[in-house]
Amino acid sequence: MMMLMMVSLFLTFFFLSHSPLFLNKHQLQRSPNMLGTEHDLNFKETELCLGLPGGSGGGGGAAAAGGGGGGKNEVESSPKTTGKRGYSETVDLKLNLQSKEGCMDLNQNLENGSKEKNHLTAKPPAKAQVLGWPPVRSYRKNIMANQKNNSDEISDRASSGSGGAAFVKVCMDGAPYLRKVDLKMYNSYQKLSDALAKMFSSFTMGSYGCEGMIDFMNESKLMDLLNSSDYVPTYEDKDGDWMLVGDVPWEMFVESCKRLRIMKGSEAIGLAPRAMEKCKSRV
Amino acid sequence: MAEQMSDDDERQQSPPSDLDFTSNKARTCIVTGSVSGHTEFQSLYPDQVLENVLENVLHFLTSRRDRNSASLVCKSWYRVEALTRSELFIGNCYAVSPARATARFTRVRALHLKGRPRFADFNLMPPDWGAHFNPWVLAFAKACPWLEKVYLKRMSVTDDDLATLAESFLGFKELVLVCCDGFGTSGLAIFISKCRQLKVLDLIESEVSDDETDWISCFPEGESHLESLIFDCVECPINFEALERLVARSPSLKKLRLNRYVSIGQLYRLMVQAPQLTHLGTGSFSPSEVAGQGDQEPDYVTTFAACKSLVCLSGFREIIPDYLPAIYPICANLTSLNFSYANITAEQLKPIISNCHKLQVFWVLDSICDEGLKAVAATCKELRELRVFPVDAREDSDGPVSEVGFQAISEGCRKLQSILYFCQRMTNAAVIAMSRNCPDLVVFRLCIMGRHRPDHVTGEPMDDGFGAIVMNCKKLTRLAVSGLLTDKAFDYIGRYGKLVRTLSVAFAGDSDMALKYVLEGCPQLQKLEIRDSPFGDAALCSGLHHYYNMRFLWMSSCRLTHQGCQQIARAMPRLVVEVIRSADEEEVYDRVQTLYMYRSLEGPRNDAPKFVTIL
Repeated sequence: MMMLMMVSLFLTFFFLSHSPLFLNKHQLQRSPNMLGTEHDLNFKETELCLGLPGGSGGGGGAAAAGGGGGGKNEVESSPKTTGKRGYSETVDLKLNLQSKEGCMDLNQNLENGSKEKNHLTAKPPAKAQVLGWPPVRSYRKNIMANQKNNSDEISDRASSGSGGAAFVKVCMDGAPYLRKVDLKMYNSYQKLSDALAKMFSSFTMGSYGCEGMIDFMNESKLMDLLNSSDYVPTYEDKDGDWMLVGDVPWEMFVESCKRLRIMKGSEAIGLAPRAMEKCKSRV
Repeated sequence: MAEQMSDDDERQQSPPSDLDFTSNKARTCIVTGSVSGHTEFQSLYPDQVLENVLENVLHFLTSRRDRNSASLVCKSWYRVEALTRSELFIGNCYAVSPARATARFTRVRALHLKGRPRFADFNLMPPDWGAHFNPWVLAFAKACPWLEKVYLKRMSVTDDDLATLAESFLGFKELVLVCCDGFGTSGLAIFISKCRQLKVLDLIESEVSDDETDWISCFPEGESHLESLIFDCVECPINFEALERLVARSPSLKKLRLNRYVSIGQLYRLMVQAPQLTHLGTGSFSPSEVAGQGDQEPDYVTTFAACKSLVCLSGFREIIPDYLPAIYPICANLTSLNFSYANITAEQLKPIISNCHKLQVFWVLDSICDEGLKAVAATCKELRELRVFPVDAREDSDGPVSEVGFQAISEGCRKLQSILYFCQRMTNAAVIAMSRNCPDLVVFRLCIMGRHRPDHVTGEPMDDGFGAIVMNCKKLTRLAVSGLLTDKAFDYIGRYGKLVRTLSVAFAGDSDMALKYVLEGCPQLQKLEIRDSPFGDAALCSGLHHYYNMRFLWMSSCRLTHQGCQQIARAMPRLVVEVIRSADEEEVYDRVQTLYMYRSLEGPRNDAPKFVTIL
């Protein structure tokens, strides 16, 4: 009798332990070695960090990336910002013009994602999404994401009375024609950056540099970037000034951006001091 | 929407057309078909009359399966069949070259080409892999100037290709692009302006870049022959006034699917001009922002009621549910309804679906929950195809639909033939129930979004559920599996899935045996796509006897090595074995990231990008 009870107890535990638990081994198996370590580091960062609220933070629920890389990463930033950006927050504007599909992007997205999650309520970090799973076409995912943005926009509109879609022209130095993007279709710089990269991928004449982030707090880094021949995105704001993209919180950018231009870093160098000024005056 | 049903629904049981050349080497040397159709031979042909009779008879043969069989009878039948084949279907654009195709089939009127493998849709492959339409359009432009119709799926088409198409084929009538990319509105503009006989322009789920060109205005003036205009995937604003004028002068227009930049007010204006429509895509189905408060709302209900022929409704891209009652008058006539972009609740759905007694095809979002599915099951007794898509396509999202809705559908819709169902929870019992309630199932695609998820009630793997499907659904030709699956599930598939032609596997199986069961057990298998499953070289070798009968095999993130794939490539010279890396990965690792292999008469292709290695 005792034996039967023991066996049944054992079986119960056995089945319980096989209940749906999400194992990370597949994810780790998937990423090639060159990213393996970085992948691990990110999760560790998530556990330890005590970042400031605000910036591009706030875990969202948006279904998917807007322009590029459909099913890659669903750990998104929401459009909400609470004013000042934390000093530790930087805006990642890596215009990954060469390999949009590369694991690099997944890594970057994870990094952003985990930074956002760290200071929220003590939930376990959201499971990093696997590339191309569930098998819903990017086309459909994008539409659902846009709908969500639009409904946010509609409720925003009801309260703030702002205009409809925010179409701006985008041109890239050297590309034969220009495009238009609806800034309201995106809710973060990362999404915009992905979309731009995708749009102009056939005209890549230089790279954005593997470390490329416009860190407005780090003057020397900024200067290095602007001295290179890598491409940086710039925009013309309401005042008619040309600024480097990424210096203000996303919403402010959408409101004030009139058009976008992707130019070589070396050409954008004249914008830097102004960018720093405006930045400091806002901060 | 019927166009979008997979070709597995067609009757295609015989060896496909793209490779029946190999069965008799002698044939390929003999035919020298010329444009005029008069074949010249050195030796005297005994009975020209007989051949003419044959030609007249074979004209009536439309099924490509029957044509393939006919072409194998003897040389003369082969020849005549080639001359009388007007619709050419090529399931893999790399299986045969444009030159070979145009040499054999000289009087083709319609060309149907498929390019990229389906898993490319899920970003499992870097872009620019291939499948270019360009060599095809150039070859056909020279050899088959009477081409009237082109249907492409998952191919890259450039603006130049569109221009060539319009310029080279004077009587060109129909262009259908499904899941294609590479072109923009400027290409469309050129195409439209030069195609004077255009009847059909269908852009379905394709990526169209916005070149800021007003392509709608490019339709030639005067009465148009247009019968179908589908552009719901074009993500840029259009010139509405030009569209309105176009619709007004297109008396034959039956199918119109608008993009989301068309407001409901504009939709109204178009419908007033075209009450003869049978297929309508409603665009955004919400008002534009410029509508003032004081403006009177048009009478949508009457307008919809006036469209007595409307049988297929889709769109609702940015739906404001308040406007849904407008479609009540036509619900009773609908055979096809696509709500898959409309985030509506069960309550919003019920008044509509309760009138849709004739509905055969229904696409919807899981926002309607199990309750909404029950409502569908209660009314739609004629339902043949159901697709339930997730609003939130993530593994760990909430699942508003489950086995409850699934089972309800199986009980209410006994004639179901095709199902695609995304959910977070499922039970074997519900799947078994469907296998018994719906014996006519031809396509069964269940996607339990959490990887390796078992039956959420019993904790068991989903083997028995899928096993029941292959056992009880004797007509099954397409299967997609998910959830926690052991080798046993594949044993079932190999044993009972004798008609299965397409199989999709992800995160399933325990060992090589699973793949062996399938490769050894499914004689009709043509398309096998596998990702993230523990199958290695040994399993791959077990299919050597079958690979020439298949259109393709896709295996990504499995356990294949270069040596294993190399072995296959050596053993099977007519197989193109592509090893695909992700774009920035170097060729260092022995493990193969993605294997894509397919039979071909042409050997390795010459347009492979650098991330593809052909063994």
